[in-house]
Amino acid sequence: MHRRIFLSLLSVAGLAALLDAGDGQAASTPPSDKYPDAFGVLHDSARCIGCRKCEAGCRARHADLLPEPDKPFDDLSVLEKKRRTDYRCYTVVNKYTVKGRETPVFRKIQCNHCLEPACVSACFVKALTKTEQGPVVYNPGLCVGCRYCMVACPFYIPAYDYGGVLNPLVYKCDMCAPFIAKGELPACVESCPKEALNFGKRNDLLRLARERMRTHPARYVPHIYGEKEAGGTSWLYIAPTAHTALGQQELGASPLPQRSAGIMEAACMTAGIAPVLLGGAYLVRRRRDEIAASEREAAVKEAVDNAAAETAAKLKTAAEEAAKDKETAIAREVKKAREETLGEIQAQTAAAGDSGGNASEAKTEEDAR
Amino acid sequence: MNFKLLSADTLKAYVKDYKVTLKAYVKDHKVISAILFVGLGLTMLRFTLGIAGVSNLDDNTPWGFWMSFDLLCGVALSAGGCAVAAAYHVFGIRHFGPQVRAALATAFLGYFFEVVALQYEVGQPWRLVYPLFWSPGTRSALFLVGLCVFLYLIVLFIELLPALFEYLGMRTRRTAAVHWSVHLAVAGAVIAIIHQSALGSLYLIAQPKVHPLWYSDFMPVLFLISSIFAGLCMVIIEGILAHKYLKKYMDEQHIKNADKVVLSCGNAVFLLMISYLFIRIVNLIADDNIQYLTTGYGMWFLVEIIGFVALPVFLLFIGTREKRIRLVKISAIITVLGVMLNRFNVSIIAFNYNLPPDERYSPSWMEIFISVFLVTLLLLAYRLMCAKMPILKEHDDYTG
Ligand code: SF4
Ligand code: SF4
Ligand code: SF4
Repeated sequence: MHRRIFLSLLSVAGLAALLDAGDGQAASTPPSDKYPDAFGVLHDSARCIGCRKCEAGCRARHADLLPEPDKPFDDLSVLEKKRRTDYRCYTVVNKYTVKGRETPVFRKIQCNHCLEPACVSACFVKALTKTEQGPVVYNPGLCVGCRYCMVACPFYIPAYDYGGVLNPLVYKCDMCAPFIAKGELPACVESCPKEALNFGKRNDLLRLARERMRTHPARYVPHIYGEKEAGGTSWLYIAPTAHTALGQQELGASPLPQRSAGIMEAACMTAGIAPVLLGGAYLVRRRRDEIAASEREAAVKEAVDNAAAETAAKLKTAAEEAAKDKETAIAREVKKAREETLGEIQAQTAAAGDSGGNASEAKTEEDAR
Repeated sequence: MNFKLLSADTLKAYVKDYKVTLKAYVKDHKVISAILFVGLGLTMLRFTLGIAGVSNLDDNTPWGFWMSFDLLCGVALSAGGCAVAAAYHVFGIRHFGPQVRAALATAFLGYFFEVVALQYEVGQPWRLVYPLFWSPGTRSALFLVGLCVFLYLIVLFIELLPALFEYLGMRTRRTAAVHWSVHLAVAGAVIAIIHQSALGSLYLIAQPKVHPLWYSDFMPVLFLISSIFAGLCMVIIEGILAHKYLKKYMDEQHIKNADKVVLSCGNAVFLLMISYLFIRIVNLIADDNIQYLTTGYGMWFLVEIIGFVALPVFLLFIGTREKRIRLVKISAIITVLGVMLNRFNVSIIAFNYNLPPDERYSPSWMEIFISVFLVTLLLLAYRLMCAKMPILKEHDDYTG
C-alpha cells in the first residue's frame, strides 16, 4: 500500500512534466509575428565573394570590445580553414567547396537574431533580450557566465572568454543595435562591396529574396534559410546550393524555447499538488498507525484482563483442589492410622495377657494425632 | 554538554600544533594529502588563469565534465536523501529510521559541494546571486535548477538541525526541530521532484544538438525516475562503504537494520527501473529511432540500455526474490554506474553529435582532477560529520 501511494505520486509528478512536454511539441506555430516591423539582414551567397570586408567593418565598429585579429582582414588564406565566431570576432566568412561547382560558395556567419531566441529563454538572469527592432542584445552587467545560452543556441553562435578571470563575458553579434536605433546600417552591411548583404524590414527582405529567386531561378535553390528554421530568424540566407552543404543544419519550424516553455508551470503544479498528496499519504498512514496502535492496545488490555481473570480462576480451582486434596489426604491418613491402630489394638487385645505397655503406647499415639 | 565546536582553547591548541598535526596527517594519509595538494594548486590556476587554464571547454561545448559529473550525476545520486526521509517520515517505513540521517547528511554535502563546484564552473561565481534575487530569468530551466538547489540546501540544513542540536546539547531546540520532521520531509521531496525533472529539462531546448537516441520529450520524467532509483542505490552503496570504513561510528540499530534497508531499497529500485526501461523503449519506438540502432551510437545506446538497465533489473528480480543481499548490492552498483553513464551520454557523448570529431570535446585531466578533489573534500567532510555528530548512531541522550 505504501508503495502504491508512492508510485501514484510519482506518476502525478510525471504527468505534469508530460503535459508540459506535449505542449512543447504540439505547438508548431508559424514564425513569431510579435514584432512585424523588426529589421533583418539577407545574405546572398550567390553574390558573396568572400572578401572579408564585412568582418573588417564589424571589427572596426566594435574596436572597443574586439581585438585586432592575428592575421589582417585582407589575408584570404584564413578562409582555407573552417572558422566559427569566438570572443574576438562577432562574424566570420567561411568558404565551402561544393561538389559539381567550379567556384567555391561563401557564407557569412554571425548571430541570426532568432525571432524566438533559444539563448534568450535559456539565460537564467535575463542578460539576453530580443528587442522590438530585431536585434538580440546582451547585457554584460548581468551575465553570470553559466554558458547555458551557448548550449541552447542551435547555430553555435555565442562565444565565451574562457581565459577571462575577473570579468569573462559572452560575445556575440548585436546587429549593431545602437546604430540601427539611430537609423544607421549594421557595419557589415555598410562595408559589403557586392551588395551580398541587404538590410531592411524582415518582411521586405523575404519579398526581395523571392523576387531574386523568381528572376534568376538557376542561381538559387528554392529555400530561404531562416524563414522557418527554429521558428524563424531575423537574418535570412539564400544560396546557389543546398544550405546543408554550407554547414547550415536542418532545423524544425517549432521554436526551441517552446520545448521547455511549460516547465515553470509544471513546477508550480507539482509544488501545488505533490504536498497535498504526500501530506494525504502521511495522514492516511498516521491514521492507520493510530488505529493499529489503539487496536493493539485494546488487544493487549483484553489479553491482560483475560489473563488476570484466568489466573484468578486457576488459582481458585488450584486452591480448592489443593484444599480438597489435603482434606482427602488427611482423611485418608486418619482412616489409615485409625485402621492401623484398630488393627493393633485388636492384635493387642488378642494378646492382652502378654503385655499391657503396648496398648498404652498405641493410645498415646492416637492422642498425638 | 559542553560546547565543543571551536572554543578559544582548542583553537589556540590547533594553531600551536598545526605544523605537527599537518606533518603527522600527511604522513598517515599520503594519497589524500596528494589529492588535496594538487587540487588546491588547480584551484589557484582556475582563479588566476580562468576556466581556460584548467579545462578543455570551448565555444562548441560550453558544458563539459564538470556539468556532467558534478551537477547531473551529483544531484541524481543525492536523491536518496529525500527518498529515505520521505519513506521514513511520510510513508512510515520504520526500518529506514537509522538510515535517515546518513542519507540526509550525504545529500546535504552533495548539494553543498555542488555549489562549491559551481564556483569553478561559471565564469563569474560572485554573480550567482543575481538570478535568484536580482534578475530572475524564469523561463530558463537553469533558473529552476538553481532555485531548487538553493531551496533544497536550506531544507536539508533544517532537516539536519536535530543532529546538530544534539551535538551541541540544545535539548529544547532539538525537540522543536524534530517536531517539523514530517513537514520538512514533504517539502524536501517536493523540491527534489521538481529539481530532478528540471535537470532533465535542461537539454530540451538543445534538441538539435542531442542525438535522437538520447533526446526525448520525456527527459524530465526519465531524469526524475532514474534519479530516485539511483539515489536509493546510493543508499545501499553508502551502506556498504560506511560499514567498511565508518563502522566505529555506528550503533547496533544501524548495523542490524542494514540488510532490511538493502532489500526494501532493492524492491523499490526494481519497480522504478521497470517503468524507466518501459518509457525508454516506448520512446525508442514512438520517435522512430530504431533506424539508428545499427550505427555506432546505436551500439552504445544498446550497451547502456541492456548492460546498465535491463541487466540490473534482471539481477534485482532474482536478488529481491531470493533475498540474496549480495546480488542486490551488485545490482545497485551497476545501476548507479548506468545512471552516470546516461548523464554522460546525454551531456557529452551524444551532445554535439553532428559536429566533426576534431571539433568535439574531451575533458582535460585537470577538469577530472578538480572533481576528484571535490569528492575527496566531500568524503572528508562526511567522515568529520559522522565522527562528531550523531549521524550513523543515535545520540546517547536521546535513545529509546
Ligand atoms: S542565433 Fe543563437 S545567439 Fe543568436 S539569437 Fe539565435 S539563439 Fe540567440
Ligand atoms: S552565459 Fe551569461 S548570457 Fe549566457 S545564459 Fe549564462 S548568464 Fe545568460
Ligand atoms: S563583405 Fe560582402 S562580399 Fe565580402 S565577404 Fe562579407 S558578405 Fe561577402
